[in-house]
Amino acid sequence: MSFVERTAAELLALQGKGDATAEDITDSFLRSIRERDPKVKAFVHVDENAVRERARAIDQKRKKGMPLGALAGVPIAIKDVLCTRRVPTTCCSKILKNFVPPYDAHVIEKLIAADAVLIGKTNMDEFAMGSSTENSAFQVTRNPWDFERIPGGSSGGSAAAVAACEAPLSLGTDTGGSIRQPASLCGIVGMKPTYGRVSRFGLVAFASSLDQIGPFAHDVTDAALLLEAIAGHDDRDSTSVNEPVPHYSGTVNEPVKSLTIGVAKEYFTGGLDGEVESAIRGALKEYEKLGAKVKEVSLPHSPYAIATYYLVATAEASSNLARYDGMHYGYRTPGKLDLISTYSRTRAEGFGKEVQRRIMLGTYALSSGYKDAYYLKALKVRRLIKNDFDMAFAECDVVVGPTSPTAAFKVGEKTSDPLAMYLSDIYTISCNLAGIAGMSIPCGFTKGGLPIGLQIQAPPFEEEKMLRVARMYEKVTDWHTRRANFA
Amino acid sequence: MEIEEVRKVARLGRLELSDDDLVLIARQLSAIIGYVDQLKELNTDGVEPMAHPLPIQNVFRSDELVPSLTVDEALRNAPARSGDFFAVPAILDPGDEESH
Repeated sequence: MSFVERTAAELLALQGKGDATAEDITDSFLRSIRERDPKVKAFVHVDENAVRERARAIDQKRKKGMPLGALAGVPIAIKDVLCTRRVPTTCCSKILKNFVPPYDAHVIEKLIAADAVLIGKTNMDEFAMGSSTENSAFQVTRNPWDFERIPGGSSGGSAAAVAACEAPLSLGTDTGGSIRQPASLCGIVGMKPTYGRVSRFGLVAFASSLDQIGPFAHDVTDAALLLEAIAGHDDRDSTSVNEPVPHYSGTVNEPVKSLTIGVAKEYFTGGLDGEVESAIRGALKEYEKLGAKVKEVSLPHSPYAIATYYLVATAEASSNLARYDGMHYGYRTPGKLDLISTYSRTRAEGFGKEVQRRIMLGTYALSSGYKDAYYLKALKVRRLIKNDFDMAFAECDVVVGPTSPTAAFKVGEKTSDPLAMYLSDIYTISCNLAGIAGMSIPCGFTKGGLPIGLQIQAPPFEEEKMLRVARMYEKVTDWHTRRANFA
Repeated sequence: MEIEEVRKVARLGRLELSDDDLVLIARQLSAIIGYVDQLKELNTDGVEPMAHPLPIQNVFRSDELVPSLTVDEALRNAPARSGDFFAVPAILDPGDEESH
């Protein structure tokens, strides 16, 4: 097996035994990017020289016997919504096309401290608004399992980079499913931690009460390693929670005793594809074989999650994106206009269609005369959705179901119908509204060879248990060892 | 949604939309609003609105000088610069009632 198909844990072990250097490993991944990315289009920025130099510096540290971080010499791809000092950060928007942050996001500082090798910035839906990565201002990322299909979104570049073995790990962000849905569609592991678990300092805001940064990896152990590296308190994010970070990678192999799995009956109606449903039912049977109790629970307000989300998220976005006015940074329209027209034309020229649509919807939902009927109503329903989870978790350890109602759809299939695109997030959105933890792990393939993901949701700050539950299934299956074929 | 209403929202959101864009967005927003209107089926009397998943409190730091960006770093991303300042269009126009 070549380096690029290995997991981060394996790459760490190889270096520890002296069987590989960070430079060897990094070179292999850079070659993989050169060979595969013209087709996959996962990356929007790779600086090969800087990446190699960084790998060599880590090898030097090892040679000198200096202490090394937990991800020493492991390449990692970064969604282009996370600020990287002196490295372009565009959110895949024309309005930030030339933006170069003067500082690093908290998670980037953590990765650098862990001696990881930041290999490049990945493509995404503009400002993380979308479910297919087709809303990028720059390029359309392809699903490594079928180039005619989308990788999911909005963190489609980060998911495709791992699935195509262009990086063993990556970071994404998840506001309504933007890590879990692409992980599911690309056949890898992806996690949205509990709101507050990972600092959002340096994450370009979309919807501040929903956004959370999380890991992509080939398997559950690697996801645990990466979460451990990025989680923890940071006083620059007032919503970052000051709770100790458990040793996720140390406990991930311990099965959960007397595990009760909740299955929400509402998740098995309507638009759920038959092949996806049978893969999920198959996974539940595996858990039963492992001694888990599978119990039906109810999340009665989940049918209202998408409507709630598209009011709350767009209202917050319309406020957050007010900062793009062409004055202090980013694009400014070249015309010589008065102030207000400069703002309005800059934003019309700089934002793509979906971002404009969401700013419009959010502005409408917050505008005088509509705020109570839309925004405030949505906040009340959000409470009901959270209460549903509180009641469900009183009866079970985790809630398990599908991540996405279908496998990857075709490029262009949903671009003309925004509402149809929104509905592809039906199973992932409630998790963000409630602020709980959720992850997707591979649980099968369609007859056409497309990956299917199993979603596991856990109460706030129970990532440790969630990872152990995920690992129980992974140990008795081999879906996570499959790699997309690039021969 | 009526075109005039969409035009007003675009003005509030500082988006210069063409007439064609306004027609398209009116149609798309109407469909989305038709969908989100299902929330009205739910009785939410007495439900506390949930703006945030966590109990939030103010976080203060001690009032001490810490290093910050240099002027050059702060201006490096500016679309237009004049010396040590951001260059912006005139914000006061004596001929414009709205700016008074």
